Amino acid sequence: MISGYLITILIIIVIYAMLAHSLNIITGHAGQISLGHAAFFGIGAYTSAMLYAEAGFPFWLSVPLAAVVAGIVGALLGIPCLRVRDDFLAITTMGINFVVEAIFLYIPFFGGAMGIGGINLPKWFGREMTKPEYFILILVVFFLLLLMDRRLGRSWIGLAWASIREDEQAAGAMGVDVVRFKVLAFILGSAIAGLAGGFYAHFLTFIMPQNFGFGQSIVVLSMVVFGGIGTRWGPIVGAIILGILPEVSRPIMEYRILIYGVLLLAMMRFQPGGLLGSESILSKVFRRTVYRLSSSE
Amino acid sequence: MALLEVAALSKEFDGLRALDGVSFTAEEREILGIIGPNGAGKTTLFNLISGIYPSSAGEINFQGKSILRMKPHQISCLGIGRTFQIVRPFQNLDVETNVLVAIGHRFYPSLWKSTGPFRQPEIIKEVQILIERAGLHPYAKQIAKNLPLGFKKRLEIARALALNPRLLLLDEPSAGLRFEESAQLMELIRRVRDQGIGVLLIEHNMQVVMDLCKRIVVLDHGSKIAEGFPEEIRSNPLVIQAYLGKEA
Repeated sequence: MISGYLITILIIIVIYAMLAHSLNIITGHAGQISLGHAAFFGIGAYTSAMLYAEAGFPFWLSVPLAAVVAGIVGALLGIPCLRVRDDFLAITTMGINFVVEAIFLYIPFFGGAMGIGGINLPKWFGREMTKPEYFILILVVFFLLLLMDRRLGRSWIGLAWASIREDEQAAGAMGVDVVRFKVLAFILGSAIAGLAGGFYAHFLTFIMPQNFGFGQSIVVLSMVVFGGIGTRWGPIVGAIILGILPEVSRPIMEYRILIYGVLLLAMMRFQPGGLLGSESILSKVFRRTVYRLSSSE
Repeated sequence: MALLEVAALSKEFDGLRALDGVSFTAEEREILGIIGPNGAGKTTLFNLISGIYPSSAGEINFQGKSILRMKPHQISCLGIGRTFQIVRPFQNLDVETNVLVAIGHRFYPSLWKSTGPFRQPEIIKEVQILIERAGLHPYAKQIAKNLPLGFKKRLEIARALALNPRLLLLDEPSAGLRFEESAQLMELIRRVRDQGIGVLLIEHNMQVVMDLCKRIVVLDHGSKIAEGFPEEIRSNPLVIQAYLGKEA
């Protein structure tokens, strides 16, 4: 029987993977750096929590609505982000994160520093879901999101994003409506982050503004970059490794952050494309193996 | 009706007049040369026509329709393709995908159509034809950044042709190329014209300009100082003065 501790970690990792995947749409696919992605995670979590705990909405409605609200806010906040690029965009998105966190913290309507409690795991068949059942639920949702990602990657939308990531001006000259496709990336990325936030709130049963601060944004960005920015599986691998790391290094508690930092530094020095990036050792070995297998036939 | 009609076009950058009341027309099936010393406003002119900068004053009509307020993507979808002075292929995408991006101009305006897959047999076929015409077929799967400059320039032309354009703006296509590379590129440009496409050609290599262009427009300090057939331009005292300076 899987222990409660293990299932908790598994759930958190899937939520992080979903979050890393959503950031990968904005930063990896469309090439727009974001240092404030936790804001949309938070907007989703707060939307879902308040709809459920204060307004009495069922889980099955509050979580999808969390995605919708985060997506709408993502579109609105994406608009000022359209005029800035690169380092300016990084600072702008960071600012968005601080503002959103401050709103949760200082406006009493959102529960202030006390946060919001009284959120529960969803009900089905007249009883509350168990943790393993909840794990399967979010795993299935995540799987569907990955299918959508694959479909998008093979569509003209994916191609338009790639061209924007490479060179905005040239993309415009090739008929790509840069503004529309950037906003689309912000909407999708924010909505999925909001969805992850909804799942997160219902699992923790209690949320606070600090869960959605700048530090959280950096953790998620690290996962994306560590695993391989722009790849489909990289952010997931990043979320698994960086999600498990704090747990397995619990016995050496004092050195956790040190190990984390050294790992990131080493990664950027030796594998800047991430673990699954196209230039990484892992993908080269993989390609070589595939090549050998196909040529030996 | 002229293919492209530029009238009294001006552009100011913070008080600096980069382009000052320039007028000319370009026809289909014609290569129109745009020449002038550095800083004459040639690239600014291209950036105005392709919608990258808004113009300060004047008119630009394409096939009788004003494109003055249009965005770059709308202008390219209407049928004006361009290349860049400093090449800008999508560096990390392969040759085929570079061309595919431009083929997508038929799908991007509809969000629904944009969700469709781009790897369809008839589309790939089309891309292969474009790549072949540009002489890039052995390099279809090569990443753009690994190509030599001459091939990057051809890739830019192949990409612009994927827009199915009526007008092509080429910004110094022969710059930085060896003689043979440049000769091959000129051959490609001739073939483009023979397909009935109008070409605006910015070029510093006078040999190329005189060989290729039917008419030439000369810019200096943002103004048009001459326009005419190559032999007229060659002997025009104003043009000689702009290039070589005034006799003492």
